Amino acid sequence: MTMRPAPTSTQAAIDVENLSVRYQETIALSSVNLRLEPGRICGLIGVNGSGKSSLFKALMGLVPPATGSVSLNGMSIRAARRQNAVTYVPQSEDVDWSFPLSVRDVVLMGRYGHMGPTRRPDAADLAAAEHALARVQLTELANRQIGQLSGGQKKRVFVARAIAQEASLLLLDEPFAGVDRTSETNIAGLLKELRNEQRTILVSTHDLGGVHDLCDEAVLLHQRVLAHGKPAEVLTNENLAQAFGAAATPADGQG
Amino acid sequence: MELFQWITEPFQYGFLTRALVVTLAAALVSAVLSCWLILMGWSLMGDAVSHAVLPGVALAYIVGLPFSLGAFAFGAGAVALIGFVRSTTKLKSDTVIGVVFTSMFAVGLIIVSATPSQVDLGHILFGNVLGVNDAELWQVLLLGALTLIVLLFKRRDLTLYAFDPVHAHAIGLSTRLLSALLLGLLALTVVVGLQAVGIILVVAMLITPGATAFLLTRKFTTMLAIAAGLAICSSIAGIYASYYFDISTGASVVVAQSLLFFCAYLFAPHTGMLMKSRHAAERP
Repeated sequence: MTMRPAPTSTQAAIDVENLSVRYQETIALSSVNLRLEPGRICGLIGVNGSGKSSLFKALMGLVPPATGSVSLNGMSIRAARRQNAVTYVPQSEDVDWSFPLSVRDVVLMGRYGHMGPTRRPDAADLAAAEHALARVQLTELANRQIGQLSGGQKKRVFVARAIAQEASLLLLDEPFAGVDRTSETNIAGLLKELRNEQRTILVSTHDLGGVHDLCDEAVLLHQRVLAHGKPAEVLTNENLAQAFGAAATPADGQG
Repeated sequence: MELFQWITEPFQYGFLTRALVVTLAAALVSAVLSCWLILMGWSLMGDAVSHAVLPGVALAYIVGLPFSLGAFAFGAGAVALIGFVRSTTKLKSDTVIGVVFTSMFAVGLIIVSATPSQVDLGHILFGNVLGVNDAELWQVLLLGALTLIVLLFKRRDLTLYAFDPVHAHAIGLSTRLLSALLLGLLALTVVVGLQAVGIILVVAMLITPGATAFLLTRKFTTMLAIAAGLAICSSIAGIYASYYFDISTGASVVVAQSLLFFCAYLFAPHTGMLMKSRHAAERP
């Protein structure tokens, strides 16, 4: 077990300053400030359209910021991507489950950043993929086409891909949506293990009940950061009313 | 011996041997590319690029340049134009594609009609595989080999891009570059296919083998192999059919591919319609 150095000497895993993101006329994120230390699980909470997905996209450099900046592990997003520092677990709706790939094929894609130009896996890549499969308990289903899995198993495929990638920063978009109890426990347990390996995990979720148990801290988002701190401090009735009450008025922005 | 003679007879004519080689090359490259195109949902893009090359081919003939040069320039131009219009308006992709390729096709028709003696429109539209000369044969073989090598060399990146562009981006790949690469290869494949089946039917070779293979397997590498195999069989069948029944070569190849698709649609082990209805009937 490595001790976590005092926060003052660590570099922030995620450092977002004054970030705004706009899609044409709609404002998705407005002056967001967010600093996450390494080795933390942070729950990202907000209604649909509160800017959770936009924040993920901005963290990966998929949308250009209108204002502000993002740095990951003290680097630019581009440099962090090149070093395999970032990984993203997509929402199930965003995946083409009919795609002719096996579970193992998808997990191996997590290794592509470690491979040569033709992405031919070597022994270390294959071993990393098998190890990741074992951790999510999918070894026996490794040869299945990805569409032939249950909702929870599907999620675990992508968590395995993230593990195989050995990224230090994991972004998970609704990993508990449509997932059975066993998979939820498995995924939550894995996230804690990964956190204990000093990885930093940002999880968007609707499941407020799970946040207290899983997350070290929580962020309440509605275009801007309404609250950020320990789950118990953030998920107060007052704060939630503010975040979710705002949903009663039509929220603009996307997902 | 009669069978042997039946098999070899067409190839005592050099032009038919050349036709077979060109058809095989075009069908093979198109079939391999088609696996990515159908998974990307880019079938309409194949249609667009193939039609949009018409002005390029016509101009190349008029100026006396290799047809492939003109075709590639306009194919790539069409792709760039579609991308540009799409990113600067709120129109949906299929709308932009439709406007751009019909415009370019119409301009091509005007160029051809203005210079009727120099360009044979029929050959461009429907292919002229029996009239392929040596220079054209080499263009097809070289471009086909180039396309195939790049496709196979970059196949894992292209599959990743088709499956999950966000992950491709996250691990530091340029999705813009991969998209450009795939579109460039599409333009090259259209150029290769033009000689064999012409502008109108090249899109069939760019969709059908991949679609058939998709019905038959759940593994991408197997899908590539099946698509390639189907393309080779259809080419050979098409050439023989066109020789013995005296019918259009390109169209025969495409019909052979369509028949194979239809068989897969009915009899594919997991997804075939007949298999599905039989499973349904067996269930109480």
